[in-house]
Amino acid sequence: MQLTNRAKSVDRRPLSLMEKIYLPAIFKGMGITFSHIFKKKVTINYPEETRPFSPVFRGLHILNRDEEGRENCTACGLCAVACPAEAITMDAAERLPGEEHLYREEKYAAKYEINMLRCIFCGLCEEACPKDAIYLTETFAPANYSRKSFIYGKDNLVIPHPKENSDAFQKAKGLIDERKEKAKQEKTA
Amino acid sequence: MNITEILFWFLSALALTGALMMVTGKNPVYSVLWLIVVFFAISGHYILLNAQFLAIVNLIVYAGAIMVLFLFVIMLMNLNADNEPQKNKWLKFAGLIAGGSLLLILVGALRQSDALRTQALQTGGEIGLIHHLGKVLFTDYVLPFELTSILFLSAIVGAVVIGKKGD
Amino acid sequence: MNSILLSVDWALVLEKTLFIAFIISISLVIAMYTTYGERKIAAWIQDRHGPNRAGPFGLLQPLADGLKLFFKEEIIPNSSNKFLFILGPSLAMITAMLTGAVIPWGDKIEIFGRSISLQIADVNIGILYVFGVVSLGVYGIMIGAWASNNKFSLMGGLRAASQIISYELAMGIALIALLMTSGTLSLGEMVRQQQTGGWNFFIQPLGFLIFLICAFAECNRTPFDLAEAENELIGGYHAEYSSMKLGFYLFAEYINMFISSAVMASLYFGGYDIIPFYDESAWGLSVNTMAVLGALALFVKILLLIFVFMWVRWTIPRFRYDQLMNLGWKGLIPLALFNMLITAAFILFLRK
Repeated sequence: MQLTNRAKSVDRRPLSLMEKIYLPAIFKGMGITFSHIFKKKVTINYPEETRPFSPVFRGLHILNRDEEGRENCTACGLCAVACPAEAITMDAAERLPGEEHLYREEKYAAKYEINMLRCIFCGLCEEACPKDAIYLTETFAPANYSRKSFIYGKDNLVIPHPKENSDAFQKAKGLIDERKEKAKQEKTA
Repeated sequence: MNITEILFWFLSALALTGALMMVTGKNPVYSVLWLIVVFFAISGHYILLNAQFLAIVNLIVYAGAIMVLFLFVIMLMNLNADNEPQKNKWLKFAGLIAGGSLLLILVGALRQSDALRTQALQTGGEIGLIHHLGKVLFTDYVLPFELTSILFLSAIVGAVVIGKKGD
Repeated sequence: MNSILLSVDWALVLEKTLFIAFIISISLVIAMYTTYGERKIAAWIQDRHGPNRAGPFGLLQPLADGLKLFFKEEIIPNSSNKFLFILGPSLAMITAMLTGAVIPWGDKIEIFGRSISLQIADVNIGILYVFGVVSLGVYGIMIGAWASNNKFSLMGGLRAASQIISYELAMGIALIALLMTSGTLSLGEMVRQQQTGGWNFFIQPLGFLIFLICAFAECNRTPFDLAEAENELIGGYHAEYSSMKLGFYLFAEYINMFISSAVMASLYFGGYDIIPFYDESAWGLSVNTMAVLGALALFVKILLLIFVFMWVRWTIPRFRYDQLMNLGWKGLIPLALFNMLITAAFILFLRK
């Protein structure tokens, strides 16, 4: 029975004299390798050049702020519940009077930690967040010597302040906007 | 004392030390290595006699090929000083007597011969160079030369026969 | 005692010592940069860039590699034979360097009215000397392998040694054909014969092919690198070595490659001859200029041959051990004998 027409029968005839000498085949092979010397190199010189990421790439997390620089996260815990690797922990705290410029709503995350060694970068936290607060970016975790340094706290996660450090904010924001755009396209498609 | 003589004495001492160390050494691998040292010293003597061809062939054949096979065998058999079977005391005694007699005969023969009185140290002699050697081998010594090659051939055939036995 | 010291030609001693030091440092530097060249060529053949971070174009990479080897921990296994363990790599290195003594690196040069030959020792059995030293090269490997007191090392050493001994035979027989046509054993004389006429390669193409294949095997290069076979057979004879002692073994391989390229260039490609079938003395240049040009020509030939070594390495996969022995004993030795007989017949026929 023939399932496909890709089958090739193996040639099991004994080698002819020309094939037994091997030298013609060797010279042919050497010709092929020599021609490769002049081919275009496929290497990407990593730190200077980077490969473009795919639209669905999921890297390190970032905690979003609104235009006035207030943190979006309300410590509702939906991301921690959604996380299949249980990498996210947080402590909630109530916003005190006078802190309105820091947090958008009455409740905020006093501590927000993601263990990057546990995280599997599935993006479910991003899906679960009702407050537009957590996003996955296109950077990935750098190498380090200690396990402790892979537990990212708020100091590593929160996006730069839009007014105090607008350049960095715009850069990080760009990533988020791009992702929002892509998600929208996916939904419509 | 000129440089040739100094070299001669040095090489002689080296050869004798090497030979002694080879015989007395407990570890067979060390013995083989000392034997190689002896071959080097003898090759040095050949060079002093301006027999460069012999010197190099001695190195290629003995040090380069035969001793490597010796090393192969010794390394694969894993001969250590501990598991060497204890030899019979009487066997040692008999060996001593046999060796001593041979030494006695050699010394006696050497004392009788003229070799000691003739000059062994030749510098600038042409006899050891390859052109003369070839000429002599193929004119004066053709018969022994060809006989040796037949001997080698029979040895090769013998080796093949032994090797084929297992099949 | 004074008479001994006076009888020595001190100028000659000085001249030779300087020249030896020069040749040794040249071989070391070339061997160093051969490792760089090997990595670059491997990369280019595989469509990569190769080392390009240390210095411009990665030119400092060999220094970085050497430094790394020097700073790595030096491990001598407890149950090894310490003296022989150190002797092994030293012997490998020494025998690799020794061969350079008989290679004519160029014609004479004249400095301060002295005519200095660019060959350390023009012995009249030069090529046999090369063979002698090559056959001693086995000891470095075998002693190192045995002294490691590791059965895998020992097996690697046996692999390497039996391979080298087997291919030495075919190499020697291929060379006999060449010796019959040139009628001399001296490398210097052979090169001088090729100065005005054609190169030996045109007389002995088959002999050269056999010699080249055997040279690959002697240097433990792919397709014959079963001695190491680093990706399947745990590394062979240097499995227990680390740090610079391992470096010596690897370095000796590259020096061997350089020296065997030099031997092949001298034997088959006219040594320091610049153009085949042409007498360069017709240019009427001074002795020194000719010597420098000749030495340059020799180095170009050597580098091209080294390139062939690498090119073959990154083209052909490794042999299996039985294939290796079949090729050596059943393929190359009969072929070399055939080549010898044909050459002998031609010589008889032409000279009658």
